[in-house]
Amino acid sequence: MKVNGKYLQLLYPMTLQEFLETQGFYPNRVVTERNGEIVTQDAIANVTLKEDDVLEIITFMGGGSGLPYASVKIQRKKDK
Amino acid sequence: MQKKSDPFILGGKAFHSRFILGSGKFSLQLIRDVMEYGGSEIATIALRRAGKNSPENILDFLPENLTLLPNTSGARNAEEAVRIARLSRALGCGDFVKIEVIPDSKYLLPDNTETIRTTEILANEGFYVLPYMYPDLIAARHLVDAGAAAIMPLGAPIGSNKGLRTKDFIQILIDEINLPIIVDAGIGAPSQACEAMEMGAAAVMANTAVATAQNAAQMAKAFRLAIEAGRCAYLAKLGRILEHGAEASSPLTGFLHD
Repeated sequence: MKVNGKYLQLLYPMTLQEFLETQGFYPNRVVTERNGEIVTQDAIANVTLKEDDVLEIITFMGGGSGLPYASVKIQRKKDK
Repeated sequence: MQKKSDPFILGGKAFHSRFILGSGKFSLQLIRDVMEYGGSEIATIALRRAGKNSPENILDFLPENLTLLPNTSGARNAEEAVRIARLSRALGCGDFVKIEVIPDSKYLLPDNTETIRTTEILANEGFYVLPYMYPDLIAARHLVDAGAAAIMPLGAPIGSNKGLRTKDFIQILIDEINLPIIVDAGIGAPSQACEAMEMGAAAVMANTAVATAQNAAQMAKAFRLAIEAGRCAYLAKLGRILEHGAEASSPLTGFLHD
C-alpha cells in the first residue's frame, strides 16, 4: 500500500478503521481518501484494504491563506 | 460595540463579529487566546496529511462555538480546490469553504478564472463558498453568478502586511456587488482594517498581521476594536470633505472681541 506517499506492507487483510487505529491515527480526527475516493466516517469499518490501495490520510491544521502545497503536503493526483 | 442589531449574515448564519481570523502561524497554546481577544466567531483552517501518534489537533484548541472556514490553500487549479473542499467537508466541520486557487508561488496571487470554476462546482454541491480573489469587478460578477456566498478580495499580497493597496478596486466591488465583501490578505494594521470597514466592507480577515505582532493576543484585540469602529463609522456615514477652504465648527457669533 501507499500511505501518505510512503510504501507500507499490509500484513493481513483489515478494515480501514482497524488500520487507522493500529497505525496510531485518530479516526475521528482524520478523513481518508482511498484510491482518489473519500471514505466517509460511517464507512471506515466496512472498507477492507487491499495491498495495492493508495491512501491519503488528512487532518486539519492551522492556516490563514496561501500555504504553499509543499507545506500542506497533500499528494497531488498526478504523483500517484 | 456592534450588537445584535447589526448582524453579519453569512451562509444563513448570523454573526456578531466581523473579524475573521486565520489560525496559521500560531502555537496551539496561543490560538485560543488570540481567538478570544479577537472576538472572532469564524476562523480559517487548512488541511494537511495526518501524522501518526499526534494527539494534538488544532480542533481541540479552538473555542467550541467557532464556525470553521476550511480553506483550499495549496490548490493550483479548480480540480485540486474541489478535492480539498470535499475532504474538508468529510472531516465534519460544516459547509463553509474558502476557495483559494493559487498557481503563483512568488506573489501568491489567485487565479480568478479557476476560482470561478471552483465556486460553481462547490456551490452546486451545497457548499457556502467564499472565494478569495484579485479584486476585479467582472470576475466578481461571475462569482456571484456561480453561487458565491461572499467575495474575498485581496488588499495586498498574502502575508505582506502592506494594507489596502487595492483600495479603489475593492470600493468598486463594495458599490457594485450585492454580496458581503470580506477584505482578505495583506491587511497589516488595525487602522487598515478600520478603513476597509469604513468603506463598507462586510468583514475583514487577517492572520499574519496578528501572528507577526510581538503580542498576538493584544493585536487581535486591537483588530477587533478597529473593525467595530470602522463598522460603526460606516453605519453612521462619514461627514463630507470640503474641496476648498474651511468651515468653523464653533458658532460664528458672540465673539469676545468687537
